[in-house]
Amino acid sequence: MIGLGLPRGFLVTLKNFVRPAVTEQYPDRHVGLLGAAKEAGMNPFQFLVRKPADSIKAIAGIATVPVAVKQSARFRGNEFTYFEDRCTACASCAKYCPLGIIEIVSVPGKIDAQEGESYKLEVFDIDIGRCMFCGLCVEACPYDALHMGTTFERSKYVRDELVISKDELADAPKRPSAFYRPQFEENAFDPFKETIEDFHDAGRHERPSDDDLKRKWIDER
Amino acid sequence: MAIKTQPVTVNLGPQHPSTHGVFRMRVMFDGEEIVDVEPIFGYLHRGSEKLAEERTYTQIVTLTDRMDYVSSMLNNQAYILAVEKLAGIEPSPRGVWLRMIASELQRIASHLVATGFLLQDLGALGTPLIYAMRERENILDLFEMICGARITNSYLRPGGVFMDAPTEFWPALDRGLDDIIRTIDELEAYLSGNEIVFSRTKGTAVLSPELLINASITGPMLRASGVDWDLRHRAPYDYYERVAFERKLHTASDNYARYWVRVQEARESVKIIKQCIEQIEPGPVRPSFDDVPRLIRPPAGDAYAAIEGSKGELGFYLVSDGGISPYRMHVRASSLINLTLLRDMLIGGQFGDLFVTFGSVDLNMGEVDR
Repeated sequence: MIGLGLPRGFLVTLKNFVRPAVTEQYPDRHVGLLGAAKEAGMNPFQFLVRKPADSIKAIAGIATVPVAVKQSARFRGNEFTYFEDRCTACASCAKYCPLGIIEIVSVPGKIDAQEGESYKLEVFDIDIGRCMFCGLCVEACPYDALHMGTTFERSKYVRDELVISKDELADAPKRPSAFYRPQFEENAFDPFKETIEDFHDAGRHERPSDDDLKRKWIDER
Repeated sequence: MAIKTQPVTVNLGPQHPSTHGVFRMRVMFDGEEIVDVEPIFGYLHRGSEKLAEERTYTQIVTLTDRMDYVSSMLNNQAYILAVEKLAGIEPSPRGVWLRMIASELQRIASHLVATGFLLQDLGALGTPLIYAMRERENILDLFEMICGARITNSYLRPGGVFMDAPTEFWPALDRGLDDIIRTIDELEAYLSGNEIVFSRTKGTAVLSPELLINASITGPMLRASGVDWDLRHRAPYDYYERVAFERKLHTASDNYARYWVRVQEARESVKIIKQCIEQIEPGPVRPSFDDVPRLIRPPAGDAYAAIEGSKGELGFYLVSDGGISPYRMHVRASSLINLTLLRDMLIGGQFGDLFVTFGSVDLNMGEVDR
């Protein structure tokens, strides 16, 4: 119908004009007094008395609180999570990397009376500056030692700082993504709220009990 | 007294916001009329086909994401189909359903981007583009939920997909489909009947079906001229035989027809996804590593597999010499082939229609140059 198209179009834009905004604020969000008090965990009156400076800021509308971006658990972030105790230096990740940016140097290391000879990892460098976060290394890891991370704020001024070393990986907080790790989804692990402290919890297999281990390694021998 | 004009050559691009990437045109104008067009491309060439020759078959999936970066899932699907044909892999049913859902979602996202940018090129600054992108964002959220990435998905693997969708994906998908329908209704309410859109797009850049067929143009451009050619219907791959959908055709073959076909196809994609959700069966999402190892060594030979991509027939041709990586990979990039008619579309047209016509082709320079 010629002639009605434009008014109908303006009706749509008008409807969108009054609908709530979908903009997500990042990294900070402006809050009023109520929001600031809620963030500090007090009621507004307490907040007014205890933190007068912050209250004035909040009333003036210049107070901000940090916000977390909505991410899904499988988010392939740019910081890897690595459990050194799980790693056997098999270099599967280095082999499957399409860009060849994982460098592994291992030497025959300690000899354990029970577990036999194992490799000692000397160098484990990931060049994040060239990484494209496809996750193939994580998919290839047979022992669940390497996981994708969930953070994404890792900008640096120098390219060389983007190479993350073994020590840096080991010290970083363990917030692994659920990418290719169905065990995290089964356990309802939330990488944005909790961390994994014990490396046993990161595996896809159930940890055998001490009795099972005793039976397997002592009784049945 | 007639005004004398002198032809002027203008260089457009490569760094021009309306060229959908880095594309350069040397256009000769006579007044407002376009006399000659010389497309120049290759500014985004990254040598993906050559890089593929030294990567294993699984690793190449990551390269295909970056070819047409607004329809990564469809690229993945075309490539994986070629690998499966080459190596004789029987895919897992659940994996196939999942990748059909993913690729149809990607088709909607791609058509929304095409529509939004077409309107942006028309001069509708912002509004339609933002509405379209807002909906695309929801689709990208769904992608993040199933594979952890938004644009460079790498979700598909030979034989299926790498991981099953999480439980929260299915309710989110249902909600998302309703939103998509609502957005398309909204889009049609203010665009499909809009007189300004009519006056700018109807009757511009008309191409005859014979010319389109002779130039091997595929996709929405061909269907906008009334030729019933959809590979999902003509040469069904995956499980497209088991889903019912209409092929939307328009006969005008002008810029408006191309826009209309895209919007209607997005609606049909929603129908396909709904049927996929009904028919999806439980089971593994990819064959076991005993059947399909990570390091595939297909027998020597070649294979070509094509899908109906968002922009036309998207095909991958792989030649294997029995090794762990292909001897040669070639991509039948629909954007590149659709670009070949640019001269026929533009010459004789007006200056103002230049970018509208360019937008209606729905090019992606990442795919043109690869």
